[in-house]
Amino acid sequence: MNNTVIHVHNLVKKFGNFVANDNLNFEVFGGEIFGFLGANGAGKTTTIRILSGLSKPTSGDVNVAGYDAYRQTEQIKKNIGYMCQKFSLYEDLTVKENITLYGGIYGMTKSLIKKRTHDLLEKLHFQEFENRLISDLPLGLRQKLAFSVAVLHEPKIVFLDEPTGGVDPITRRQFWEMIYETASFGITVFVTTHYMDEAEYCDRISIMSDGKIVALDTPGNLKKQYDAETVEEVFIKIARPVYNAVY
Amino acid sequence: MKRFIGFVKKEFLHIFRDYRTLFILFGIPVAQILIFGYAISTDIKNAGIAILDLSHDEITQELTDKIISSGFFKRTENLINYNDIDRVFKKGKTKAVIIFEKDFGKKIASEGNASLSIIADGSEPNTATLVTNYTSAIVSDFNMELAGQVVNNSVRIKPEVKMFYNPNLKSHFMFVPGVITLILILICALMTSVTITREKEFGTMEVLLISPLRPIQIILGKVMPYFLLSFINVLLILLLSWLVFGLPVKGSIILLLAESMLYILMSLTLGILISTVSETMQQAIFISLIGLMLPTILLSGFIFPIENMPKIYDYISMILPPRYFIIIIKNIMIKGTGLLYIWKETLILIIMTLIFIGLSVRKFKIRLE
Repeated sequence: MNNTVIHVHNLVKKFGNFVANDNLNFEVFGGEIFGFLGANGAGKTTTIRILSGLSKPTSGDVNVAGYDAYRQTEQIKKNIGYMCQKFSLYEDLTVKENITLYGGIYGMTKSLIKKRTHDLLEKLHFQEFENRLISDLPLGLRQKLAFSVAVLHEPKIVFLDEPTGGVDPITRRQFWEMIYETASFGITVFVTTHYMDEAEYCDRISIMSDGKIVALDTPGNLKKQYDAETVEEVFIKIARPVYNAVY
Repeated sequence: MKRFIGFVKKEFLHIFRDYRTLFILFGIPVAQILIFGYAISTDIKNAGIAILDLSHDEITQELTDKIISSGFFKRTENLINYNDIDRVFKKGKTKAVIIFEKDFGKKIASEGNASLSIIADGSEPNTATLVTNYTSAIVSDFNMELAGQVVNNSVRIKPEVKMFYNPNLKSHFMFVPGVITLILILICALMTSVTITREKEFGTMEVLLISPLRPIQIILGKVMPYFLLSFINVLLILLLSWLVFGLPVKGSIILLLAESMLYILMSLTLGILISTVSETMQQAIFISLIGLMLPTILLSGFIFPIENMPKIYDYISMILPPRYFIIIIKNIMIKGTGLLYIWKETLILIIMTLIFIGLSVRKFKIRLE
């Protein structure tokens, strides 16, 4: 894998005197599932906002999907998808209306939206829900649908910000199957999570602490390096001391 | 552009799917117009009046007939003695009692004057004042007629009062412009601030911001449906006040609609500004209702004339947009004036709109950083 889709070099983001991202360096490759871990307040959200074109870096080079994060945020936005835990589509719109809305926002043609909607509903066995309001669906289904909508326009990268928060284990499992499938199509998945078992599913993970990336490798290598049984142990060994000191 | 249209469509779906929004948009304005127009009327019509005639002669009969036939009053009872007064007030229907003293007619004939008492129910001060004013006017009118018959030698000045623009002093003339002013700012500001904070609260705003939609498209898309619906509202209110209260638009209807659009735009930008300072829908509702409704009702000149307020309130009301729109709409609707007489107020509203837009954009940018 040598096709880099996210390239971050010496990224610094400051808010006044507070340094949220302190000299980050990493690369993410095409079709990779990249786990972005860190305790609350470690600076993950700031990084995601920069990578998705919402916020500009203070200094450093950031390149997403081939576009520069300082000047080409419009292009970046067109080439990424985004989903977060809080986002569960518009509750007072139907499944179909939600899909149509996002397809339209991402500039897809009517016929393409129609075709993808059909494929998507078929794949999720969702046909019967097509004209149901989102508020009538259970949370698990909504999250799956939200993910499908986030990749509807076939972006190069999809950012998932704690996508499985509050979801039952079975749905989480199915959700990760969807992530794998998406990655197999060549879409890069950039995911943050608090569930360490999920981190094991990632191709590579980075662990952030106090604005810095303190570890970055495959789950297997990290476990070896820190002499740990699970990623959770690795995480506690690395992130916990700082976490305890701060809170 | 296509992205934008889809987004606007979605906003309409939100509105039409939520019956509460629809009710606030269209139910409240209609209710307000009817309530203000009918219930809070400052006119007198068929007010109950009781007569205590201790004289029973030709003149008292004539004056009583004149009062009753004026159309403002309705006789509830004829009283026998003073003890009845308290009783008849307690029954509630009677707003005033007119007492003719003993030998009223005789005294006028012999001495040239006699006394008449008007006793009003002071527990309703407004009605009491109105009733006594109306009766006094009728009595003094009668006085003139009487004087004209009896003494013809002295010169008397008889003022003839006319109310220009509103000959019958109908209170709808005051309320309809006021209600339009109140409703538009309230609904526009409330609706836009709520609809934008709702996206913030549910987290969908984040997704929209990350999407290729530009921030300006998001805001415009959210505001546009409300602009259209509010404009329909103006037409509805004007139609209603014309059909129900017979209130015509004297001036140019085009100018009135154009000014209404400006005022709607101003209110919408105010709503956007409110949404940038509030994090939750509750906050937005609170600021819109408390911050806009009370000052508009109390300080804009809607009900209480600004000229009669202490200077400090006068200054406070200067920052309230409704103050200027009330002047504009009253001028166009009732006096029929053109832009020449209201350009100052119009300019102030335009400047306010620009200020609100500027502040919102700045706040929005800070949030994005």
